[in-house]
Amino acid sequence: MAALARLQARLSGLREEYFRRNRSIDEDRKIEYKAAVKIQSWFRGCRVRAYLRYLTKMVIFIQKWWRGYRSRRYFRKMVETAYFIMKMNFYNEMAVRIQKRWRGYYVRKYIHNYYALKKYLEAISVNNEIVRNELQEYAEMKENEEKRKDLDKKEKEKKYQARKMHYLLSTEQIAGIYNSPFRKSPDPMELLLRKSKPLSHRWQQMESPVACELYDWPTCRRPPTFSTAQPLPPIGRQKPQGPFRDTAEVLRQRYKPLEPTLRVAASINSSLEKAREEMKREGWRNCIHDNEFLPFSSYHKNEKYDPSIHSSGKYGQETYGIKHFREVQPKKWVADKDFQTVLPSIVLFEKFGKTYSRTGQIV
Amino acid sequence: SGVMSLLRPLLLDVVPTIQQTAALALGRLANYNDDLAEAVVKGDILPQLVCSLSEQNRFYKKAAAFVLRAVGKHSPQLAQAIVQCGALEMLVICLEDFDPGVKEAACWAIGYIARHNSELSQAVVDAGAVPLLVLCIQEPEIALKRIAASTLSDISKHSPELAQTVVDAGAIAHLAQMILNPDAKLKRQVLSALSQIAKHSVDLAELVVEAEIFPVVLTCLKDSDEYVKKNGATLIREIAKHTPELSQLIVNAGGVAAVIDCIGSCRGTVRLPGIMVLGYVAAHSENLSMAVIVSKGIPPLCACLIEEHEDHIKAAAAWALGQVGRHTPEHARAVAVANVLPTLLAMYMDTRSSEDLQMKATLKNILQKCTYLPALEPLLHDAPPNIVKHIVGQFSKVLPHDSKARRLFVTTGGLKKVQEIKAESGSLLQEYINTINNCYPEEIVR
Repeated sequence: MAALARLQARLSGLREEYFRRNRSIDEDRKIEYKAAVKIQSWFRGCRVRAYLRYLTKMVIFIQKWWRGYRSRRYFRKMVETAYFIMKMNFYNEMAVRIQKRWRGYYVRKYIHNYYALKKYLEAISVNNEIVRNELQEYAEMKENEEKRKDLDKKEKEKKYQARKMHYLLSTEQIAGIYNSPFRKSPDPMELLLRKSKPLSHRWQQMESPVACELYDWPTCRRPPTFSTAQPLPPIGRQKPQGPFRDTAEVLRQRYKPLEPTLRVAASINSSLEKAREEMKREGWRNCIHDNEFLPFSSYHKNEKYDPSIHSSGKYGQETYGIKHFREVQPKKWVADKDFQTVLPSIVLFEKFGKTYSRTGQIV
Repeated sequence: SGVMSLLRPLLLDVVPTIQQTAALALGRLANYNDDLAEAVVKGDILPQLVCSLSEQNRFYKKAAAFVLRAVGKHSPQLAQAIVQCGALEMLVICLEDFDPGVKEAACWAIGYIARHNSELSQAVVDAGAVPLLVLCIQEPEIALKRIAASTLSDISKHSPELAQTVVDAGAIAHLAQMILNPDAKLKRQVLSALSQIAKHSVDLAELVVEAEIFPVVLTCLKDSDEYVKKNGATLIREIAKHTPELSQLIVNAGGVAAVIDCIGSCRGTVRLPGIMVLGYVAAHSENLSMAVIVSKGIPPLCACLIEEHEDHIKAAAAWALGQVGRHTPEHARAVAVANVLPTLLAMYMDTRSSEDLQMKATLKNILQKCTYLPALEPLLHDAPPNIVKHIVGQFSKVLPHDSKARRLFVTTGGLKKVQEIKAESGSLLQEYINTINNCYPEEIVR
């Protein structure tokens, strides 16, 4: 009950208290509201700003990375181009060096070969000297010939004169003109006269003109003779006994002139000897064996048979090729009988293994 | 006088001797004079001669061919008249005769007809004379060979087609063999025939060369007969002028040495083809002109220039020197060392109209390449303005680089001379003078 009393005492003041509290609350409400708004707005602003800051940071981050990427790519391209240019310059340099060397070499060797030119000019002067010497010799030779001809002519003249004037020779009694007693030795003409035979009256001079020599030069008056005589058989040999052919015939056949084929005759390379060799080779090739054929004698009776190389193996004669031709393995056969043909058979293949008799086959 | 009308009936006389003598008389008359030959033609004697040629004996044929030759040699119109009477066929028939005298007379007549111009030669070729002529060349008689060779030469000299016809008949091989013959007159004709063939084109020249005439032709250059040497040099000239390869062939065979010796040993017009050989060989390339220089070609050319009196020989020698010297400074130096430039200049200044062009071209060619200053200096003093231009140009090229030459130039008074030259400003000469003046310090120039 005390509490109730207490509470009733407070009741009267309660309304005022209540009113007072509400009044103060109401009075503070606006301020508090505004303050709350302010705080909230500021807080919201902070939050938004923080958010924006965050966004900006992120954007910056992205843009930074993107720009970095782009420029790195660009840089890489620039580096590549620069590298490429550097490489090309280098190659060009090297190519220039190579070309420089090559062009120098080429020009010096082929277009203007100084040493070859020098050698050539030296060779020309040497050749010129040779030619000049030869021509000089030729001219001298010609001159000598001319002189010799002149001399010969004069000699002939003199001799002819001497023969004509043979009567001027000195005799025992009378000294001739050319043998004057006041001279120490007789004149050369006197000597000529002594040597020469007197000219007979009827002797006609058949002196052919000098020009005849020149005629002979380009002409062959006598045509060249070819020896077309047949080779004669040797004389005096006794005729051999037996049915032998005539020696002349045999020799004719043996020394028959070569009649080469058109190919040989018209070819540039082969000559007579080669063609003959070819014929000999052919003859040797076509021989079956080297033993001479001897006439009916008992020479061959005791000869052993030489088997051919084809069919002789290590241990005697091989049977393949003689006894059997194709391998046949009966163990591998699937059935005893031959396969039945479904399709029409080919006649030729049917004959396999059946054309010969079965004797001699391996069982 | 009425000799023609008197002789004409005698030609138809019964006695053969009279006919022959009448023909011989006609021939001698026609041979002597142009008008008499015309009178023979006008007197209608030729058709009679031609008709009776086929039946008669060889003396008549010889005499008749002599008449035809005598008439035909004077002028083309007379030769044309002969061709129109149909004499060519008769002459060709004569060429097939057995007697060499008849063949010789017929060849001679044909040769004189063909000599005048190319239509007549063509008529001769159309009559089928060329193969017979080639056969005649192979005959043993020297006189016949001579005449046949000279006829072939006359036929082939007019045009390339005629020369080709002669070549197709196989003439070159026989002509080439006959170069070795000792007879001088024959060699003359053979060489002239070959040179007429070779002069037309490169192919013909190559055909001639393939007949292996080198080095045999060089022996002809040493022959004692002047005309053989001349014709030999002509042949080499016709071959050398076509291509560098042919000239190279000649040089390799030692032809240049032989030609130079030949020039040295002859005098007068005989030298001319030899000089031209050197000119042509040197003109083709600088290696060949160096070969000419090395074979000591320049002294004979200078000697020709100085000694000869004929204008055309001097012009040819000057031209040849120009060809030798125009390639490089080395060549020009070789020419200049031979002291020939003053001679050339003197000849240039000597007032002679036709030579001027040659000399001027030669001088210009040599001077433009000449760097041998001691030879250029004397020219500086005497030369006329258009030559001085070149000389000063050469000095201006060499002096900036060579100090010794500069000193020499001043001491010999060349610089003074250069100052005295008056040139319009802006012209090439002024530029050259400026270049030279720039090489020296100012005081010396003043």
